[in-house]
Amino acid sequence: MIQIVIMVAQRFALGLLTLFAVSLIIFLGVELLPGDIAQALLGQGATEETVAAFRRELGLNLPPHERYIDWLGGILQGDLGKSLANKREIAELIGVRLENTLFLAFIAAIISIPLALGLGILAALYRNTLYDRAVNVFTLSSISFPEFFVAYILILVMAVHLGWFPSISNIGQELGLWERVYRTVLPALTLTLVVVAHMMRMTRAAIINLLASPYIEMATLKGLSRGRIIVKHALPNALAPIINVVVINLAYLVVGVVIVEVVFVYPGLGQLLIDAVRARDLPVVQATGLLFAAAYILLNLTADVLSIMTNPRLLHPR
Amino acid sequence: MTIEQQLKNLAMKSGVTRRGFMQRALALGATTALAKTWANKAFAAEPKMGGRFRVGLGHGATSDSLDPATFLDLYMQTVNASARNNLTEVAQDGSLIPELAESYDTADATTWQFNLRQGVEFHNGKTMDANDVMASISHHRGDTSKSPAKELLKSIVEMKADGANAVVFTLSEGNADFPFILSDYHIPIMPVSEHGVDWQSGTGTGAYVLESFEPGVRSTLKRNPNFFKEGFGHFDEVEIITIADVAARTNALTTGEIDAMDRVDLKTAHLLERQEGVRLVETSGTQHFTFTMRCDTPPFDNVDVRLALKHAIDREAIVRTILRGHGTLGNDHPISSSNRYHAGGLEQRAYDPDKAKHHLKQAGMEGLSIDLSAADAAFAGAVDAAVLYKEHAAAAGININVVREPDDGYWSNVWMVKPYCAVYWGGRPTEDWMFSVAYAADAAWNDSFWKHDKFNQLLVAARSELDEATRRSMYEEMQSIVSNDGGVLIPMFANYVMGLSDKVGHGQMAANWSMDGFKCAERWWFA
Repeated sequence: MIQIVIMVAQRFALGLLTLFAVSLIIFLGVELLPGDIAQALLGQGATEETVAAFRRELGLNLPPHERYIDWLGGILQGDLGKSLANKREIAELIGVRLENTLFLAFIAAIISIPLALGLGILAALYRNTLYDRAVNVFTLSSISFPEFFVAYILILVMAVHLGWFPSISNIGQELGLWERVYRTVLPALTLTLVVVAHMMRMTRAAIINLLASPYIEMATLKGLSRGRIIVKHALPNALAPIINVVVINLAYLVVGVVIVEVVFVYPGLGQLLIDAVRARDLPVVQATGLLFAAAYILLNLTADVLSIMTNPRLLHPR
Repeated sequence: MTIEQQLKNLAMKSGVTRRGFMQRALALGATTALAKTWANKAFAAEPKMGGRFRVGLGHGATSDSLDPATFLDLYMQTVNASARNNLTEVAQDGSLIPELAESYDTADATTWQFNLRQGVEFHNGKTMDANDVMASISHHRGDTSKSPAKELLKSIVEMKADGANAVVFTLSEGNADFPFILSDYHIPIMPVSEHGVDWQSGTGTGAYVLESFEPGVRSTLKRNPNFFKEGFGHFDEVEIITIADVAARTNALTTGEIDAMDRVDLKTAHLLERQEGVRLVETSGTQHFTFTMRCDTPPFDNVDVRLALKHAIDREAIVRTILRGHGTLGNDHPISSSNRYHAGGLEQRAYDPDKAKHHLKQAGMEGLSIDLSAADAAFAGAVDAAVLYKEHAAAAGININVVREPDDGYWSNVWMVKPYCAVYWGGRPTEDWMFSVAYAADAAWNDSFWKHDKFNQLLVAARSELDEATRRSMYEEMQSIVSNDGGVLIPMFANYVMGLSDKVGHGQMAANWSMDGFKCAERWWFA
């Protein structure tokens, strides 16, 4: 157990270093983009005079390294700063969006993970049957279509023709839980269709890999049923790769859903990031970028810890 | 179609005045009584109170702010127009009427006295007076101002209160259209505060009180019980939602998630029109799309080259293809037929490759080859329009190389930088305003870098001219100069095309901007 604690501590330290590197890269990246926030926000209405006044107001006339150090100082004290564009507290700006993003990811995860695992186990169980082929064809097709296409098809069928769900996820804090779930179903289904194939295929492959092992043969010779062999004997040993894939997909559900957000008008973090980059609103870009990076780092760490815990060999390395 | 159905369709179309409707109804063979009945149904339909009005707009970003100095697009413009008012207002018929001003007056077009409406309360209960007006206007002036309205207001030399309910402006030179400028969306009246003006709270005098503002997502407003206008502000609640994706916006309208949308996808507009419970509404105003040449850069410094390029575009094909017919032909000057002094007598420039060749020969530039920068950030379909233009110009022996520029940063890196590029203009309600903003030699947004002495003299002279007929002839001459000498090729004026649920009622619809001049929440109702 002590190894795990040490590993987690090490990973945390490395994670912080990564976050620092990420923030530097984001800062340099945004600096390299042509134009700045004054030009972006004033757009067609900008004149040299007003752009200069805007820059002075925002402190953009300071050299880049001073601005970066200033921002870093704030972050280290837990102050994300204010949006340059509208002077709102970034913590407040991100808070609601983050909650929405996590809510959508959570709904999509509780639909897709059991579904993918179930389909994968069954596909391993009934390998090379019509069922196996059908599941493979269906999930691979749905992952092959672009997300917005899957989304439009779902809207066409379930919102326009059948009228079961609303076509846009106009959610707000004032809604009750069930109303929110109801309005989140279509984007969650879209995401499900996009991530299921990966997890399902990995589950199937990991289990099938093990089915050739001697101990499975032994179990078969003992006269155990195929279902019992797969669930009780093969699955526990196949968990490590499955967990890895599941976690990668979870990370994707948090950070990669911009298109789904746009199509369903879902107020999540992705749109916030795009708007901020477009406006060159550096503190907001930084905060969102760091959040995304942190989500990846944390989920990867979770994946590693979980795989080690399911595998006694890794728990006691020599 | 029966006459009644035709009348119904006619009444549903916007941009039709009551009088125009009556004339067309009678032309269709309706009796006067029937036409009147329909006109009453369409134009005097008793607005009803109540309901939650949800409008989906294609603009809006997380970086939006309630500060009017940063308003960029329809989203904040609509929120602003629902919660705040200006001193003056462009009415539904396009004329200028006082809004928070009760009246305004000038003797010489240089000194303007604005008498304020008395007893108007802001949403926070404060009574509006001259200090609020002066603070709201000062917000855009001075060295620290970042506001695009700074240019508009720079002619104000002095601004002082005359008692609590009047403000007197002294201008550096006469401007007969000064009250029009105060209707600009950048200049709403907000309550004065110790740091100048309170824009942060969103408090105004408007028909609706801002309840929540989530930039890039939605804003909710509720009816202001103390609204000072009679017969406006019918909804109980208003929700203004950002729906950037046009397909999502269209779906939301057809499935009843929203009651109105802007910027209908022109490619599918005919299909949307067939949907039950939904109708298209169109207004043709001053919005125009241009290809702008820098007159200070060869070869565009040669007027023959400019004329050759203006003759080398098939405008009808552009309007038909890019706007799908939802627009009108441009004549290379920015004054639309909805403006007061539109030069209707000016001959429409046609596609004429031979003439273009002739002008090229005059310039000694046969076989001209140029770059044209375009991006959809300039206007929807700009790249397609540029490619079409390339084909048209090829017939005149002009080789146009279309350069596709990034959308991001278009206005700072391409516009007014590249020698020939596509540009969007919302247009302005008056000739002087439009010309002063983008065609005067010293204008900040003179994007063609065009300097024409006669034009500039006329512009100053017409500004303070109070005689209608003289003014008209001056503006007509200026339009002719711009069309024949200017560096801006204006192939089209684009209509504002909106989608409305059949539940929504409206009167005559203002054409100065989209969504009834941003005032959909104030002016519309649930039928």
